Amino acid sequence: MRILARTATFAKYASLVGASMVVLIPLVVVLFASLKTHEEYNRTGPLTPPENWFHFANFATAWTGGDMMRGFVNTTLILVVSLTGTILVGTLAAYAINRFDFPFKKWILGLFLVAALVPGVTTQVATYQIVKSMGLVNTPWAAIVLFMGTDIISIYIFLQFMQSIPASLDQAAMMDGASRFTIYRRIILPLMKPAIATVVIIKGIAIYNEFYIPFLYMRSPELNVISTALFKFKGPYGAQWETIAACTMIVIIPTVVIFLLLQRFIYNGITAGATK
Amino acid sequence: MTGRLRQSPWLYVAPALILLITFTYAPVANMVYYSFHAWDGLDPAMTWTGFDNYVRVFTDERYWRVFLISLYYFVASFAQIAVALYFAVILSFSTRFRNLFKGILFFPYLLNAVAVGFVFLYLFQPDGTLDSVLRLLGLGEHTRLWLGDPDIANISLAGTSVWRFTGLNFVLFLGAIQSIPGEIYEAAEIDGANRWHQFLHIIAPGIRRIISLSFILAVSGSLAVFEIPFIMTGGANDTRTFVVQAYETAFQFRAIGLASAMAVVLLLIVLVLTWIQRRVLPDEEVNLT
Repeated sequence: MRILARTATFAKYASLVGASMVVLIPLVVVLFASLKTHEEYNRTGPLTPPENWFHFANFATAWTGGDMMRGFVNTTLILVVSLTGTILVGTLAAYAINRFDFPFKKWILGLFLVAALVPGVTTQVATYQIVKSMGLVNTPWAAIVLFMGTDIISIYIFLQFMQSIPASLDQAAMMDGASRFTIYRRIILPLMKPAIATVVIIKGIAIYNEFYIPFLYMRSPELNVISTALFKFKGPYGAQWETIAACTMIVIIPTVVIFLLLQRFIYNGITAGATK
Repeated sequence: MTGRLRQSPWLYVAPALILLITFTYAPVANMVYYSFHAWDGLDPAMTWTGFDNYVRVFTDERYWRVFLISLYYFVASFAQIAVALYFAVILSFSTRFRNLFKGILFFPYLLNAVAVGFVFLYLFQPDGTLDSVLRLLGLGEHTRLWLGDPDIANISLAGTSVWRFTGLNFVLFLGAIQSIPGEIYEAAEIDGANRWHQFLHIIAPGIRRIISLSFILAVSGSLAVFEIPFIMTGGANDTRTFVVQAYETAFQFRAIGLASAMAVVLLLIVLVLTWIQRRVLPDEEVNLT
């Protein structure tokens, strides 16, 4: 019985270590490649660590050659504007739906619920024509309005959270003569902070990683976001894997840092966002 | 008058509603309309073609074949759910370095799709990481053109997809298992239940809902695969998925009507699946109003 238990424990840890290697090896070898010189890359196999761990020349080449600075600036701008927009639009809508009684309320809620089922990638064929007719193609606004407008999950999270804020708070404020808007701004919005944090995390990660929308709507090179800037390495640098590897690491490193700093919030956010 | 307007709920709900209608409902309505026409996206006049586009989606091999490609991803998602479930169960019991393992298993889900694409392009290269590891393990004769061989390219891509998304299933399952109150396990242990019994009678019923939900998402997810094949092979070597094909049809061949018909078919499949899911799994969530 003892031996059986030991074998089970061994199998458990062996499977965990094995899975960790499957996750980590593909990433570690790219890190190796990014630190090798071109000659060294051609001479050594992918599993060989770099000779000089501080050979950052490929990172410099990738950073300037891919114009990654612009990519990060564009991604950050789009991220900030569309997150602010999502939070304002989402909390206002959730406030109206949760705290007011008005005709067609059930219908409106239904519209949001059904829209959550429509996968964004399928409707781009027709969405493109609408964005084009608004004159937004090849402007950052295409990505911003789409990130704001197709986000039903956030409204869900805000609605769920708002239910837990007691309506007696509103009523007390109303007795003191506060208007509906004052109640939203002074009472509801500050109390929504945890829900806002959740939305910022899941939406922020999604926007940082989004490829299809910027690829489709923002073709000109000065509008590159990090995904599309990285994607452009595929052609011209095809023979220089060490540069592509460096650029891939440039895109991955911020995610590693954010993950290490915000682990707990990310797990909670993902669970809250995905099970709706 | 302004005072009364500021009290109106419509003012609060209007921005969200306008965005929703403009970028979700109007495109869906237009898409249905386009799907009955032949249109290049530029010409002011469209030609009515009836059900021609739909007939083509189901009879032209170039178009219906993409459903077969989805099967690779669908089968892979079973492996994904199984692996995720296994690790969620073992990590829900006390384990050394639990948070480290949890972090490692989950991390790929957070990565940028293009970065994942490049990491695996590098991995699958001839004499790349995978070939080197196989040689190291004495399996050198099994190396092949992982992305160049049409017989195997889809398996490689589906494997990449498993690597990328297992972490999400894993964290969702783990969350569901951990929401089961600890006293239930204690009571079961007092009654002499072993780990297997605990899994069968406590964990499995507790996470049934999230597992079924994962299966439904696996079906719609495998039909909507886009980024991995588009970034890694561009649809070459018989790896064109439904969305890659729709993208090319619409934006390269400018056959908006045909691409719309494809998208409508995909949308209908997803809606039917969700409807089935709602019937099979009654919603136990709170009422949102």
